[in-house]
Amino acid sequence: MPFIPHTEDDIEQMLATIGAANIDALFDEIPAALRVDGLPGVPTTMSEAEVSRLMTQRAADVQRPLCFVGAGAYDHHIPAAVWEIATRGEFYSAYTPYQAEASQGTLQLLYEYQSMMTALTALDVSNASLYDGASALAEAILMAVRCNRKSKSKRILMPTTVHPLYRKVVRTIVLSQGIELVELPYDACGGTILAAALSEHEGSDITALVIPTPNFFGALEEVDTLTDWAHQQDAQVIALVNPTSLALLKPPGEWGHKGADIACGEGQPLGIPLAGGGPYFGFMCCKKAHVRQMPGRIVGATLDLQGKRGFTLTLQAREQHIRRSKATSNICTNQGLMVTAATIYMALLGREGLVRCAAACHDNAVALVDRLTAIDGISKVFDQPFFHEAVIRFERPVAGLLEQLAEQNILAGYALQGDYPELENCLLVCATEQRNAADIETFAKHLQQIIGSH
Amino acid sequence: MLIFEQSRAGRCNRAQLPSSQAAHSALPERFLRKTEPALPEVSEMQTVRHYTRLSQKNFSIDTHFYPLGSCTMKYNPRACNTLAMQGAFLGQHPHAPVGMIQGFLACLYDLQQILAELSGMRGVCLTPMAGAQGEFAGVAMMRAYHLARGDNERTELLVPDAAHGTNPASATMCGLSVREIPTLVNGDMDIAALKVALGPRTAGIMLTNPSTLGVFERQIAEISALVHEAGGLLYYDGANLNAILGKVRPGDMGFDVIHINLHKTFSTPHGGGGPGSGPVAVSERLLPFLPIPRVAYDGSSYRWIAEQECLHTIGRLSAFMGNAGILLRAYIYARLLGREGMERVADFSTLNANYIMARLKQAGFDVAYAERRATHEFIITLQRQAQELGVNAADFGKRLLDHGYHTPTIYFPLLVPECMLIEPTETEAKETLDGFIAALISIKEEAECNAGLTKSAPLTLPVRRLDEVKAARELDLAWSAPHG
Repeated sequence: MPFIPHTEDDIEQMLATIGAANIDALFDEIPAALRVDGLPGVPTTMSEAEVSRLMTQRAADVQRPLCFVGAGAYDHHIPAAVWEIATRGEFYSAYTPYQAEASQGTLQLLYEYQSMMTALTALDVSNASLYDGASALAEAILMAVRCNRKSKSKRILMPTTVHPLYRKVVRTIVLSQGIELVELPYDACGGTILAAALSEHEGSDITALVIPTPNFFGALEEVDTLTDWAHQQDAQVIALVNPTSLALLKPPGEWGHKGADIACGEGQPLGIPLAGGGPYFGFMCCKKAHVRQMPGRIVGATLDLQGKRGFTLTLQAREQHIRRSKATSNICTNQGLMVTAATIYMALLGREGLVRCAAACHDNAVALVDRLTAIDGISKVFDQPFFHEAVIRFERPVAGLLEQLAEQNILAGYALQGDYPELENCLLVCATEQRNAADIETFAKHLQQIIGSH
Repeated sequence: MLIFEQSRAGRCNRAQLPSSQAAHSALPERFLRKTEPALPEVSEMQTVRHYTRLSQKNFSIDTHFYPLGSCTMKYNPRACNTLAMQGAFLGQHPHAPVGMIQGFLACLYDLQQILAELSGMRGVCLTPMAGAQGEFAGVAMMRAYHLARGDNERTELLVPDAAHGTNPASATMCGLSVREIPTLVNGDMDIAALKVALGPRTAGIMLTNPSTLGVFERQIAEISALVHEAGGLLYYDGANLNAILGKVRPGDMGFDVIHINLHKTFSTPHGGGGPGSGPVAVSERLLPFLPIPRVAYDGSSYRWIAEQECLHTIGRLSAFMGNAGILLRAYIYARLLGREGMERVADFSTLNANYIMARLKQAGFDVAYAERRATHEFIITLQRQAQELGVNAADFGKRLLDHGYHTPTIYFPLLVPECMLIEPTETEAKETLDGFIAALISIKEEAECNAGLTKSAPLTLPVRRLDEVKAARELDLAWSAPHG
């Protein structure tokens, strides 16, 4: 049998030691009436060579298009060394680092990761990861409710410029905990939170405001004004940010006069493959004052009994294995391997590399939007500055266009009408540092042809 | 040394700089950061060497035996990783149209079918990203089921006192309160206490079977009948599914919902703390509440089941398809094993556990629930050694590291003092088990004559015992450049 090393001799000796006649006797405490005779509905065993053939065929049935879609997952270059090292058995097959002395590699790496994330966000502390960006936002909201003791309302202002799928995940996760999610509409010109919508909530009990930037439309929110407004209302500020963009953009810790209280987001842009949607990882950083309300694992530096520096999981009294029903979250296993990759990614790019990557993303996206909107019948929808995504409008429904471009092996963008009925014929397009001038030209030419032939 | 401490201003890994051809386009000043982020400035070789060396400071399955109770640290076949990391799978965007990703969807659909079959359930959703998220999904479905029937008072979830900490924590996240049910001295549930607890407020019960005590709950059919009669549902925590794979199915035991830890039973990597994966499977009555997305097959092509088809779904748990790449690894593992291999998993994990238990008993260790059959795991208690020699379970565990064995699960379950929960898994050979047994015996002997030495372990690892109190009191959670 695959992966079972026992010889007949081993089995015989082991059963003799146990004092059992055969292996089946070891299951004599399971009531006979409940036993099944095998798993006839499961396919039969295959050798590695056969499974390789099957999976190679399956992979051949997956296309690799030229990608101009972002909308929450971004096609960045991943240095070869990232996954070469992350999939070393010592990282790949290691357990959660509860036994610190036997896990210094993972623990030091996590400490370095936390240090990199605090550098990017300009906040004091980072946890060691959550599942993904969407669930990290849900956890940030639950955390903000715990942090904001002045507020009794559990009312969260949730802009519609937050990723629609994130808003759905947040609903699933927080609604049974008595939290009220109040939608904030966006400004039809700027594509950012409508300032006038805030005034409605002025002076009322608000627990937290979520500020996404770049927001789902790619646009940059006026983070300073929004942060100061929220703090005037005694509300917590939750920054939902793209980590690549933070190499360029003002970090959450420096928003407004006091900075955001919590920053969270999707870590996928940091060296994690698109991979059909996962595994990715969620990140979360906060001000030091809130650290005891943070969910998930946290690594700290300390000394061993001979005074040598070492690393260990800390503040575990927050977690489910200690606090049980009173824990800050039920999270246990998180996304350790993805964070391993992200840490190596950030080290490989380094300070200059990540700054240049972010700048290239922005420059390419501007070039893409300029080129596409030069085509007759395509216009830019919002006038606020954007990072590496923007919304463009066509004079006809985009569904057919997307199909025709897919036939040319181009993933042209994310159609917005399903989530935003008012944005009919609108497409969210993205260019990362991976899309060069020739790619953009290919996209534009095909688009021109399709529109022209209509 | 930290990667930051190797950093030199102005050093740059030029191979990784983008070659942007587009004209520079400046953003307005108010959006920009004033100083560049303090990321390390190191060469590519420094980075590779640094993280390779760090990896060598880890224990891992590929290098060490991990008898970690309730964690199922079995071999992670390399084929699962290699085949899941084919470029086509890694390159697919989550918003790609289904026509472009049929091969990927086929794997997910097949995995749904396999998990339904082996759990004895009707429907599967693969998206929960860890066991704890599977628990959340399962409990949320139970809650939704009661609410859909207008049964609004059912807000109490029964949990055995031996349960994993995520169980009560997940219940709280779903807005339910937890009531603990005591365990009898023989390791089975106290049915009398269960009967007292059941009533119109009961949402259901959450059970691991075999339990975290390493024994099979023999009264499961009766428990199932009692809970259902009281209007409650049964939740199966799949943490210990490895012990019963192909022997008995949760669906046949009467469970309504189960989460399956693919990073345990299906051998996907632990990765130093994830990603996990915790798909949920449900009985007929919970089908309408399954989370999304899921994959459907119409005989010729695969597609996502649309949200509009699932009016009662508890919703989404992740932005996209959960830990999709982990699902691929689990699928590959399932195909390698096939039905024949799966039926042998429980056989050999149980054989290995009972063998170690028998040997340790002979060697004079105190086994908890000694009159019971071990399942795939069992408990020893070192209370006697702690009282007589001052050497406790943590000391034994740390000393095992010096012998090259990862510490078993200690101080869990909470019911047994000074406990060690030992789970060898089916992929370990008898020689490895013998070595581990010999190490435990030698530590016991050492503790009897030189307790001080045992208590000072580990002696041979990259660091000695760490000051955890200092770590929590003087928080140092991120590196900062030395001043001056």
